[in-house]
Amino acid sequence: MGPQTYNSFFTVHGIIMIFVIVIPGLPAVFGNFFLPIMIGARDVIFPKLNLLSWYLYVLGILTVLTSLFTFGGAPDTGWTFYAPYSFKTTTNMFPAVLGAFILGFSSILTGLNFITTIHRMRAPGMKFSNMPLFVWSIYGTGWIQLFATPIVGITLMMVIAERFLHIGFFDPALGGDPVLYQHLFWIYSHPAVYIMILPAMGVISEIIPTFARKGIFGYNAIVASTMAIAVVGYFVWAHHMFTSGMSTTAQFTFSLLTFLVAIPSAIKVFNWVATLYKGSIRIEVPLIWALGFMFLFMIGGFTGLFLGSVATDVHVHNTSFVVAHFHYIIFGGMGSAFMAAAHYWLPKMYGRMYNKFWATVGWATFFIGFNVLYFPMFILGYQGMPRRYYDYLGQFHNLNVVSTIGSWILATGLIITIVNLIRGARNGPKAGMNPWEGRTLEWTVPSPPPPENFDVIPDLTSTSTAH
Amino acid sequence: MSEGKAHITNYSTLAMVLGSLLVLTWATVSITSINLGPWSVTAALLIALLKATLVLLYFMHLKFDSKLLKISFTAVIVVFFLVILLTFFDYLFR
Ligand SMILES: [Cu+2]
Repeated sequence: MGPQTYNSFFTVHGIIMIFVIVIPGLPAVFGNFFLPIMIGARDVIFPKLNLLSWYLYVLGILTVLTSLFTFGGAPDTGWTFYAPYSFKTTTNMFPAVLGAFILGFSSILTGLNFITTIHRMRAPGMKFSNMPLFVWSIYGTGWIQLFATPIVGITLMMVIAERFLHIGFFDPALGGDPVLYQHLFWIYSHPAVYIMILPAMGVISEIIPTFARKGIFGYNAIVASTMAIAVVGYFVWAHHMFTSGMSTTAQFTFSLLTFLVAIPSAIKVFNWVATLYKGSIRIEVPLIWALGFMFLFMIGGFTGLFLGSVATDVHVHNTSFVVAHFHYIIFGGMGSAFMAAAHYWLPKMYGRMYNKFWATVGWATFFIGFNVLYFPMFILGYQGMPRRYYDYLGQFHNLNVVSTIGSWILATGLIITIVNLIRGARNGPKAGMNPWEGRTLEWTVPSPPPPENFDVIPDLTSTSTAH
Repeated sequence: MSEGKAHITNYSTLAMVLGSLLVLTWATVSITSINLGPWSVTAALLIALLKATLVLLYFMHLKFDSKLLKISFTAVIVVFFLVILLTFFDYLFR
């Protein structure tokens, strides 16, 4: 594989995974299905807007995909489209940037729809103070989508304008500032990480109490930390730019704010563990995935603090350490949470149960493969192996081989898991209405739920359920 | 919001808002003749902010809208302000 191909590979991998898969993943699949049921509504408040959001999503994907096959060749800037290279490269930037822009619109509409639904469609007695935590996490996410996404939209338009009209936003030759691009890009893209991880945390906050057969520990603290992440997460963006030539004042300010945003995440982890403590724990596949989430997320979170402090960041910046950190959070964290959600809710969505033995084997293979794949990258990065280079020095060879073997194990685990889920959804045994003895509203309707969820809108004024 | 609750502002209020906007526009123009150094941009922006607030409150009926809309709108402004502020932690100290 030559350098140009390699550059295109990591760029397209980034664009597709971030904008197409991970950002919409949990909200679009499970949010659309379960948000209305969990608050006792028949559907989201704007079903047609929802459909429009879907069309925009498909259009966005198609636009991104055109960049691969048309003239100029696949983009090679990295998913961050950093200026000044992004308006100078001869590769196919325009469709890729435009596609990300369209996908952003889809995301904004989804966020708007969910926020309005939560405000207007809750069943009688479903108050903000007893709303399921998954719904709360979707709510926080919705606000981030609404506030942050327009900024990346504008920024991407500025790149396009710069490219074709040579205005001088970012081009130093025209009096622009390339670092301004990085500011604008990360003002969205750091909160975007929370668009990815907040719903994941919401899923975990549903699964842990169900299988500990105990109410969640510290409901209010989890809600507060969700909203704190949504707010503070907005003001930490420049921790991606410590080595970009930013002022020292900005460096320590953003480093401090980054350390602050770690606190709410830690509160959540503490509360999940405290929920398990003295619970009557039932080990089932969704719980195993949730525990895997906590383990991988913690490794990702702690290594994030290495990157959040300026001194260590200068050492490991743009090495594979960053790659490992990010994948522990997003793939190990959000990916595990997606699988946890799939194993938790699949019996509800399809009315059938998957094979639990193979599901466990799939998880174990994934978990081993994941660590074998990404953990060596921490070491490699610390030793100084840069990321986004198509070749590496001989001294890094052994750990790279280990990492590659890990990727095969991981892929095997994913294939086992996905095949098992599909087989379960098609011909698994009937799951019944409430296989996990869950206490949220989706477990009070048949599996799969009827088209309008409820014959009669549930009334929760007299009960104290929901969470 | 239901149609029946559409609020009608009386003409004198609207005229007063229009008057203030014109005065503020005059202020924006005339302030350029006074040399305030770097503060002239600040002054112009503050006046613009005041004008935008008037338009939003009266012409766009934000004053008569639900609390939730007011809160979300203010939140956008606050976030925007903080983002600019933090960005200037870089630009002012480079
Ligand atoms: Cu970040």
